[in-house]
Amino acid sequence: MRELHDDSAVPAIAAHYRLQFEPAQNAHVLLFPEGMIKLNGSGAEILTRCDGRATQGEIIETLRQRFAADVGADVRAFLGMATEKGWVRWLGPP
Amino acid sequence: MTDVPSTLVQTQAQTPTPPLWLLAELTYTCPLHCVFCSNPVDFAQHDRELATDEWLRVLREARALGAVQLGFSGGEPLTRADLEVLVAEAHRLGYYSNLITSGVGLTAERIDRLKGAGLDHIQLSFQDSTRELNDFLSHTRTFDLKRRTADLIRAAGFPMVLNCVIHRLNIDHVERIIELAVEIGAEYLELANAQYYGWALTNRDHLIPTRDQVRRAEAVVAQARQRFGERLRILLVVPDYFETRPKRCMNGWGSVFLTIAPDGTALPCQSARVLPGLDFPNVRETTVADIWYRSTAFNRYRGTAWMKEPCASCPEKQQDLGGCRCQAYLLAGDPDAADPVCDKSPDHGLVTAAVNAPGPDVRPLVFRSPAESRRLRAESAGPDLT
Ligand code: SF4
Ligand code: SF4
Repeated sequence: MRELHDDSAVPAIAAHYRLQFEPAQNAHVLLFPEGMIKLNGSGAEILTRCDGRATQGEIIETLRQRFAADVGADVRAFLGMATEKGWVRWLGPP
Repeated sequence: MTDVPSTLVQTQAQTPTPPLWLLAELTYTCPLHCVFCSNPVDFAQHDRELATDEWLRVLREARALGAVQLGFSGGEPLTRADLEVLVAEAHRLGYYSNLITSGVGLTAERIDRLKGAGLDHIQLSFQDSTRELNDFLSHTRTFDLKRRTADLIRAAGFPMVLNCVIHRLNIDHVERIIELAVEIGAEYLELANAQYYGWALTNRDHLIPTRDQVRRAEAVVAQARQRFGERLRILLVVPDYFETRPKRCMNGWGSVFLTIAPDGTALPCQSARVLPGLDFPNVRETTVADIWYRSTAFNRYRGTAWMKEPCASCPEKQQDLGGCRCQAYLLAGDPDAADPVCDKSPDHGLVTAAVNAPGPDVRPLVFRSPAESRRLRAESAGPDLT
């Protein structure tokens, strides 16, 4: 089972990874040594908010308001996957 | 529209995807003499290097088209005194930049300057985990220097990719190479089998590993992945000579990768220069957009319309796009043929023969150098398959 993180923990883009918007691909991409991941819309909505300040709970709340839907489970699952892949690191209690 | 072949419609309707990955081969000058070097064997013929402002224009034009991953390679890119200028411009333009280096010439001061200029990461190549073999394969005493350089790279806070080209002479050392990567604190280890182009093809009979060696190496890597997990990501690329289907070459001709050679020649892959009948465009004469979207050479093998049998009617053609054009030419003598790695290719026997009976070492190893480059060029005008 994938490890889910506590809502009070703070996700940040991992060291050596860079997130930026690429007009040519009309998408956010995650850049790292030898690789590049093109993010879909929801992936980008989540990762652009992983600024090392907002907690997972705050990110969920922002996106809940923005999309008027309960996105909690999706966000936690996505960030769990992103952590496994090494895109995201956590500050504070996991 | 029913009388138009569907492949043709597809090829014409699809605008090519942008060149996302730019490889800037700044120079063919290199202090090392690796026996598996992928530089063209006749590199000594192409010595009119692009000037700084020409490279700056290439970086800007490619970025405007969407290029975002950028590798500075060579030869040894550190031999270019303007490397910092190019790195700084790459950073300003928003590239994710990588220095692909043997480590020779990478002093503490230079690392600081490159860091200051905004370089994102460094890929350091080793030839082996032992001083003896590293120094033998590169024909230089560089092992200790590389160890020290690795420490400097770490100290500067760069993510480090350790790259080691694998072949028959060092594949049994994979376990020690992995330990070396852990010891020097690399985040990634690339164990890439020698690709048999350029100098590696000249030396192929010495370099091609046996099937057993490959299996053992795969087992060692699988164990190490378990053991080190996230701490060290290991990429193992085995030679496609052991397969029965080819790989998509460079993810498809002219689909993602753009290589600019030291003299400004634009290539869909580093070794494409060997292909006959293609007049590769040069950035000295035209823009990167013209080259990528409109040149005959870059359109030549896009899609599947160019294929002949067995590829043309093959149900798998979209998956591998017929494999590697250079391999088709170098082995089957025809750049339009199926990659002989494919067991549907009439020339597949050449590949199995090379694997099953890696030749008796008839010719001595040839170390890459300008003198050998000129000698080999004089000896044969075509590919040397003996
Ligand atoms: S493979 Fe060796 S000789 Fe060739 S460019 Fe790299 S370091 Fe130099
Ligand atoms: S015949 Fe051609 S397209 Fe089919 S699998 Fe072989 S190389 Fe690929």
